[in-house]
Amino acid sequence: MKFQKKHFERRHIVELIIKTIMRLALFIVAGALGLILWTIISRGLPSLSWEMVSQVPKGGYYMGKDGGILNAIIGSAYLASGGTILAMLLSVPIALYLKAYLGKSRWGEYVRLSLDVLWGIPSIVYGAFGFALMILLGMRASLLAGIIVLALVELPIMTRAMDEVIRRMPADLEHAALALGSTKFEVALNIITRQMLPGIITAILLAFGRGIGDAASVLFTAGYTDRIPTSLMNPTASLPLAVFFQLGSPYPEVRERGYAAALILTIAVLFVSFGSRWLASRLNRYTIK
Amino acid sequence: MNNTHIQVKNLNAYYGKQHALKDINIEIPKNQITVIMGPSGCGKTTLLKTFNRFFELNENVNLTGEVLVDGENIYDPNVDVTEVRKVVGLLAQRPTPLPMSIYDNIAYGMRIHQMKKDRIEYKKSVRHYLEIAGLWEEVQKRMHDPATSLSIGQQQRLCLARGLAVEPEIILGDEPTSALDPISSQNIESRLIELKKDYTIVIVTHTLRQAKRLADHVIYMYLGEVAEAGPAHEVFTNPKHERTKQYLEGLF
Amino acid sequence: MSEFNLNNPLKTEGRLSRPSTPSRARTDRAAQRTFFIITLVPVALIIIVAAALVVRAYPILNSYSLSDLLLGETWRPNNGEFGFRPFILGTLWVTTVGVLLSVPPCLLVSIYLAEYAHNRTRTFAKPILDVLAAIPPVVYGVWGLLSIVPFVDDVLAPLSERWLDSVSIFAVTQPTGFGILAGGIVLAVMIAPLIISVIFEVLSTVPNDLRHASLAVGATKWQTIRTVVLPQVLPGIVAAIVLGASRALGETIAVLMVVGNVPNIPTSVFDSAYPLPALIANNYGEMMSIPLYDAALLGAALVLLVVILIFNILSTLVLQRFLRRS
Repeated sequence: MKFQKKHFERRHIVELIIKTIMRLALFIVAGALGLILWTIISRGLPSLSWEMVSQVPKGGYYMGKDGGILNAIIGSAYLASGGTILAMLLSVPIALYLKAYLGKSRWGEYVRLSLDVLWGIPSIVYGAFGFALMILLGMRASLLAGIIVLALVELPIMTRAMDEVIRRMPADLEHAALALGSTKFEVALNIITRQMLPGIITAILLAFGRGIGDAASVLFTAGYTDRIPTSLMNPTASLPLAVFFQLGSPYPEVRERGYAAALILTIAVLFVSFGSRWLASRLNRYTIK
Repeated sequence: MNNTHIQVKNLNAYYGKQHALKDINIEIPKNQITVIMGPSGCGKTTLLKTFNRFFELNENVNLTGEVLVDGENIYDPNVDVTEVRKVVGLLAQRPTPLPMSIYDNIAYGMRIHQMKKDRIEYKKSVRHYLEIAGLWEEVQKRMHDPATSLSIGQQQRLCLARGLAVEPEIILGDEPTSALDPISSQNIESRLIELKKDYTIVIVTHTLRQAKRLADHVIYMYLGEVAEAGPAHEVFTNPKHERTKQYLEGLF
Repeated sequence: MSEFNLNNPLKTEGRLSRPSTPSRARTDRAAQRTFFIITLVPVALIIIVAAALVVRAYPILNSYSLSDLLLGETWRPNNGEFGFRPFILGTLWVTTVGVLLSVPPCLLVSIYLAEYAHNRTRTFAKPILDVLAAIPPVVYGVWGLLSIVPFVDDVLAPLSERWLDSVSIFAVTQPTGFGILAGGIVLAVMIAPLIISVIFEVLSTVPNDLRHASLAVGATKWQTIRTVVLPQVLPGIVAAIVLGASRALGETIAVLMVVGNVPNIPTSVFDSAYPLPALIANNYGEMMSIPLYDAALLGAALVLLVVILIFNILSTLVLQRFLRRS
């Protein structure tokens, strides 16, 4: 039987061992996620209440009395929306330009490199930069400052994600349009956006999710307050900071509410993440596979 | 029937839902060059790849039936697939040298199976197989140069030597000359003709002319089925089936 | 006149009634110019951010020598003492532990996903990695506080005391679970999706023909991976590790919550530490009240920026070359 399995040949044993270790590693990674979610849910759920999401902190909230984190929820919504819109204004043109005009040019490579570098800069550095800017302009901690810094943080994330999707667009589509006599701008506007709409939306929502969850950038720049901001120049609370500050409290009730706030934040981010996937698959009806 | 090296019994192969090979029953004779030919998409490469169990490297594939080499079913669950591939070698369409020196390319297979005892034996074997492939003269002075520095024709001969080094009994060729220039093609073809003395050779080709040059035995396939099979001179001069006749006349 | 009367009643008459061509070209050129200026923004931003930090950090760079700042061990801004050494070392220790813990499993997972796994497993793994990447840092911090710090305190520290007592870097030096090890574990999970996806992409650039060439002579999958695939992508794997390290260097909130924030010079993984980002984040409130404090903290941000920039540029260049080849 010349093809009979030689179970004890060394290289086959090695293969088996390696495969087992690999599966174990995968299990550990998946398990880590499970552990994180389970911890947040099990510690946060008990303190989750309707008041938490519908009320701002009343007097004594930080000592365990009434109120909620509506200030932070709305604050984060404002911050992330503003930052995302501001980032979009730059992100979409850059991504379209890279595909429509730059393709494989040298300048395109430099722009992509810059975007990758910007992507790697931690949000604390952007926060510090924002702070320096605020001192220079005489601005105080405000919604506006937070929005600007968040836009900085989100810009590379959004553009990179968009670029990755847009790059995969089949060149044939572009060529077909160009062959019909379209200018590059028209191609960018009509063809690329329509084909890539799901990908563009996913990229925007990805960045938005990041904007809700980032603490280090808004730490210096958006301030913190118990009120819901009414103007761009007001300081504003944010969900991540709400979690952070409550966790540092000496009162256990406040800490428990911090866990609930963390759960709320996690749910919000996951909602955006999965929501964007769903939205993208709905929009995929109009695209060419 | 002792002359049969590979016997295929009731072979059906599926890519997902697509039925690529339908009820194949054929025999490949020993020490002859068998050519599998047919129009694009007829399943000839798929059939070839069932002989060295490369077919299963694709996602979502399914296979029923048996492929017997010297009477043993290579798809038996007790079979070690790496042993099958040692016995049934494959020369691919595009020459793919491994990213190492010329010497290491040839020695690669031998090292994997720990076939030699020491460096001296390895060196002798490497030289031996390079000579068989007709490459020794050209590379003997640069054995440790990267294999990618060879011309494409030389690379294909390198791949041939590399495959021979593990001492197979059967050599499969998946359109082995289609990426080469005419002179290199001719070179490979003459090697194969010489090698059939010691090996069983099965080649897929899409050029009728090459088939006529090389074949001792012919298998003609059409849409996943074997339309005709037999000794070369019979099939070429007296095809029994309509499709074969049309193909030979260049109708498609 | 041709003999074919191609009388098409729908045909647009003449050229004069279609003035769109020149203005379309004009729009195209105008768009090209505007778009081009917009693409200058990313490049400009890097320069502006760096410049702003340099400007604000200048006072302290002027008042003290670089070696005083980087090697000095005391941090007493009230006294004008700005020794960054504890914080730099703290950052290095936490990052190193994080990377060391993360890379081996991530490498294994990537190889498994790229070379062995079914499509089913891959589609199952992708959302897991996406979710891990999307979880906000502060939530990682909460998890660290609730799960990892007690784990270090109740499980790892006693184990280390029992078995690794003689090894100094594993000496248990303080009674809480807060410290470098906890920070490293949290960081390891945080950077895992990044490392896994980069290594996976790099592995995907290896053409299948190459794998087939090795399998065809009867090699096992692992032999193929070890001798043919991995050597091809080694620079890419290094780049992935460097990228992961640079991400770990800059992570602020999650680490801050579990690392202890005590500015000592670390000697063991169970020590508390105070990484640079945590320093900046914890003290921004007092920045303006003590002379040179703001320059010092923004100088710390500048140091972070420079190191991360170097890591990032190098690894991105390597990766771009790899991914361009595919």
